[in-house]
Amino acid sequence: MRKILQGNEAIARGAWEAGVTVGCAYPGTPSSEILAELSKYPEVYTEWSPNEKVAVEVAHGACFAGGRAIACMKHVGLNVAADPFMTISYTGVKGGFVIVVADDPGQHSSQNEQDSRHWTRFGKVPMLEPADAQECSDFTRIAFDMSERFDTPVLLRSETRVSHCDSTVELGERKEGTVPKRLDKKDIPKMVMVPMYARVRRILVEERIGKLATYADEEFPYNVMEINDPSIGFIASGVTYLHTKEVFPQYSFLKLGMTWPLPKKLIAEFFKKVKKVIVVEELDPFFETEIRALGFKVRHGKDLIPAIGELTPTIIEQSLSKAVTGKRIKPAKASVKQEELPKRPPNLCAGCSHRPLFVALKKLGLFVFGDIGCYALAVSPPLSAMHFSTCMGAGVGGAYGAGKVLGSEGLGKICAVLGDSTFLHSGIGPLIDTVYNGGYSTTIILDNRITAMTGQQEHPGTGYSIKGDPADMVDYAQLAKAVGVKNVRMIDPYNIKETIDVIREEVNREEPSVIITQNSPCILLRRDKPRERFKHPSYRIDSDSCAGCKMCLNVNCPAISWVENPGTSKSGSKRKGTSFINQDQCVGCAVCSQTCEFESILPNEQ
Amino acid sequence: MSNNGKTRNIFLSGVGGQGTILASNILGQVLLDAGYDVKKAEVHGMAQRGGDVTTHFRFGEKVYSPLIKQGDVDYLVSFELLEALRYLNWVKPEGKVILNNFSILPPAVNLGKMKYPKDVEKTFKKHFKENVWLVNGYEIAKGIGNTQVANVVLLGALSNFFPELKAEQWTAGIRSLLPAKLHEINVKAFNEGRSAIKN
Repeated sequence: MRKILQGNEAIARGAWEAGVTVGCAYPGTPSSEILAELSKYPEVYTEWSPNEKVAVEVAHGACFAGGRAIACMKHVGLNVAADPFMTISYTGVKGGFVIVVADDPGQHSSQNEQDSRHWTRFGKVPMLEPADAQECSDFTRIAFDMSERFDTPVLLRSETRVSHCDSTVELGERKEGTVPKRLDKKDIPKMVMVPMYARVRRILVEERIGKLATYADEEFPYNVMEINDPSIGFIASGVTYLHTKEVFPQYSFLKLGMTWPLPKKLIAEFFKKVKKVIVVEELDPFFETEIRALGFKVRHGKDLIPAIGELTPTIIEQSLSKAVTGKRIKPAKASVKQEELPKRPPNLCAGCSHRPLFVALKKLGLFVFGDIGCYALAVSPPLSAMHFSTCMGAGVGGAYGAGKVLGSEGLGKICAVLGDSTFLHSGIGPLIDTVYNGGYSTTIILDNRITAMTGQQEHPGTGYSIKGDPADMVDYAQLAKAVGVKNVRMIDPYNIKETIDVIREEVNREEPSVIITQNSPCILLRRDKPRERFKHPSYRIDSDSCAGCKMCLNVNCPAISWVENPGTSKSGSKRKGTSFINQDQCVGCAVCSQTCEFESILPNEQ
Repeated sequence: MSNNGKTRNIFLSGVGGQGTILASNILGQVLLDAGYDVKKAEVHGMAQRGGDVTTHFRFGEKVYSPLIKQGDVDYLVSFELLEALRYLNWVKPEGKVILNNFSILPPAVNLGKMKYPKDVEKTFKKHFKENVWLVNGYEIAKGIGNTQVANVVLLGALSNFFPELKAEQWTAGIRSLLPAKLHEINVKAFNEGRSAIKN
């Protein structure tokens, strides 16, 4: 049976067909749907792990007990999981172990742009790179077989345009894994990576990569040569192969389904069969560098193709046409000037509990050490209320470190802000550091009871498992107290005045504080009925009294807009226009009404 | 399979929350059932928070890249007027354009810092002449009883350009992807959209 599947769904399908028994992940765009889909299969144990390192460790343990296991993450997730990953290369596996890493070229939804292919050479672990949904399914199944046959974890690299592209997939049946499910104490030299055993494994790792290189050349069915017009030969992998094939279908191709180790014989053969070789790859010159190092003459690569951002058929055509066909293709002349069109950046939703918190922080004029999540949207004007953000948990350590330099000068001026899910991901360590080493910064946990930005995934603080079953939940206040935070305060962020008072008090304290928002679920989280907490269904502008001061516009709510209409307000002040609240969008959170000095924002009754 | 199996390109643009993904899922199901190879690309995540969203949708005998080349769009279906203008350059000279007569103001306009573009339909007509159709998707959906089905109204309008596909094939696609309680309203939305424009 054929079905249209998203790349991520197809990875989940392939894993299920391969008999996977355990799947672990921390959500991250563009990888999140893999585990969400896998959790729908009753034969598979799945979990949202607190972070990617834990996910890899749990899956590793599962594979050592004989199960087939998969751990999924976005590119930056593998940075978090790098520690176990690099040593799991040494221990190898029992049941098959696949690590999916999904890159985000072009940074559609990420803090940086990494080329995860570097991990394959660095970790001495093979990597497969599917191009579309069918290959996502096929390669995942092959990855499990390879993993068991070569005693290695296998990296499966996806990216936005593979994970989030839909295409047809042939569905297969599930086959259970054949490795016996048990632990064996005789495996000590394989499983315990102390120096005396790790040195032995170190040699095996090198031998393994040699065997895999032979496999890449002689057996792996998806390193494919297509000889057409031999005047030009393209070497490409993944979706970049598809883009290139689209633009230059008449020429020859070497499509690499396995990124590493490279099929050296096949590459040599390709260079014999075609005249000029062009390496087309997204992000870094990974293949180009390696192939040049083998002594082959690569005619073109990163000299013509951008190394920044995602490649598209348009970009490939524009950068290579001159070299391939002799005819330059220029970008189309714009008939509408893009810079004259208003941009449409993502924004916090109407009614979002993060909005009033950042209105409060802005009012206090604090320097805000932020984090990764929806609240990062508070960096956009007119809120502009976040001043630092690198990775998950980093704001807590950052605020503490800045305090060490500023000393008492920094008191009352700085705070760290992060979400519930990110706090559990990696905010606890730096909080302990703040307490242990005598910092004073205040950490504000924005508890919206879900991992929101990636599309509503459960986590250890929500009370539910990935399958929706009730689960034990972390108590942030207890946790903060247990690590030594003496000042733990709860706030209702929708009460802006009270929020300002509490934050002001805590940031001026000479010891660490934790402030936790409560009763502030994500406005999109239906389960927690977020709108029921609001007294009124919506608010409206009293356009007679509105002074046109635009204070309410500064909260940057998508429901509020400006209507130009010069005149005078009821109280006689001149105005250029009035604000307007879209009744379809307003949910009645009352944040804007608290910023209005003229009492012109009025509640609607039921 | 008509058109000699040549790949055809549909580009959907709109604002997060307008239902472009469901529309493209239905499109995919219908064309797969009709025997085509289908590929589509969407960006999920950040864009959902009221940002601009696009879908590249391609079908034919054999489709390689999931992304459409700039200037290769055969059919532009825009769920929002400003979001159509952003992609005017993507449409082939002989391409067809369906515009939902609906505006969602972006932040810079809300704040009074920029103006929302005027005469979007006129701009398109200047370039694409009679190949531009304005559909009152929001109004039609409101008339049926739920503004959320405007996406399927637009799909109905688009269906006119594929005479090889019967209305029943489209409604079968709608039924197979949506829960039963939503069948009636969406089939109605599709039919109203289909009769809203004359090809």
